[in-house]
Amino acid sequence: MMRSVLNKFLLAIALVFSSLASVQAQEHGHEGEAPHKKEGFNVGDMIMHHIKDEHGWELAHGLTIPLPVILYSDDRGLEVFSSSRLAHDAVYNGYKQEHGKIHRVNEAGDVEEGVKLYDFSITKNTASLLLSAVIMLLLFTTVSRGYAKNKGKAPKGIQSLLEPIILFVRDDIAKPSIGHHYGRYLPYLLTLFFFILINNLLGLLPGAANLTGNIAVTLSLAVLTFLIVTFSGNKNYWMHIISPPGVPWFVLPIMIPVEIVGVFMKPISLTVRLFANITAGHIIILSLLGLIFMANSLAGASTSVAISPVVMFFTLFLNCIELIVAFLQAFIFTLLTAMYIGTAVEEHHHHDEAHGTVSELG
Amino acid sequence: MFAMLFALLLEATGSISVFGAAIGAGLAAIGAGMGIGRIGGSAMEAIARQPEAAARIQTAMLVIAALIEAVALFAAVICLLVATAA
Repeated sequence: MMRSVLNKFLLAIALVFSSLASVQAQEHGHEGEAPHKKEGFNVGDMIMHHIKDEHGWELAHGLTIPLPVILYSDDRGLEVFSSSRLAHDAVYNGYKQEHGKIHRVNEAGDVEEGVKLYDFSITKNTASLLLSAVIMLLLFTTVSRGYAKNKGKAPKGIQSLLEPIILFVRDDIAKPSIGHHYGRYLPYLLTLFFFILINNLLGLLPGAANLTGNIAVTLSLAVLTFLIVTFSGNKNYWMHIISPPGVPWFVLPIMIPVEIVGVFMKPISLTVRLFANITAGHIIILSLLGLIFMANSLAGASTSVAISPVVMFFTLFLNCIELIVAFLQAFIFTLLTAMYIGTAVEEHHHHDEAHGTVSELG
Repeated sequence: MFAMLFALLLEATGSISVFGAAIGAGLAAIGAGMGIGRIGGSAMEAIARQPEAAARIQTAMLVIAALIEAVALFAAVICLLVATAA
């Protein structure tokens, strides 16, 4: 059976390449007819455009969903208008968009310095955030209503998809790391896990917003973790930072700054880990696809068509890896958050005494 | 030879800091590869010794691989900053 599958696959590839040969024969006729010289394809600009946030939601060339631009300035107050008014570098009502940032311009079209503009717009990332919030609300209210209806019976529908994942977060992430009081932190851990997972997966779709690759979003999640860990830290936690157990007194002047830096490095590492993993994945996929367009601008359309099957196969493979990375990064963020909460709430147990038993966790 | 390379880079991109950024990113990739490779190797050996513990070992391996990768990505982010600020 495998042999016939392999034979069919090889036949398909042979057909694709043979059809490319006929396309190449046609292309040569058209190459002399372009009257104007197009600018070469800039792959760096294309990648940055797809990674960054923007004021309208561009799904494809020419198809842009306009989003509200909300600006506050001290002299003019609150202004709300559609992002389509600022498209293609147009000047609207004294505002102009330059590389994604909105500036106030005077009549001559020069940027006015010194005007402090607060940008509260619903940008592409904000709209994606709201969309994923709506998705999460729908999913989990359905699940909870299903639990209320099917009390004691087997789960049906979307419940049976989410229940193993929720139990996984509870039994393999929360309970072993936090111990007895895992119930207090489980809502936050579940929200965190599903938020990161759903946004990572949404970001892989074409035309989607790169939300978890936005360092502001991951920083907010890490700050939430930091606040929870700080405010639930008991006396044991702070004593471990000031004087880690089993450390001789002359090492303490080195250990205390290291521990204090460690308190702040943990949220920073959470931020950078999630942001860099997701953004790097998107950049790799975009670079590979941009390779086709670079070949088009450097060597003509026939070359780009010829390399596109190989490039697309490799991009498919990388997309599968990105799916794994999406799950893995959500798991790692939640697991590390749970471990930090666990160190903050753990009870004192004897390290040095021979007769003391290690406190049972979980 | 390096003087020629730097002169070419300066003419092509306007600054030679991209050279450092590229080398930095490459070194970070080597570091991540070596670290995660060692973790993978130890995990393989441990699973071969005790196949019943395979699930726990695999979980621990994934966690440690993510931590190592975070450090490599720190370096990659800094290299990206250097390259785009050039």
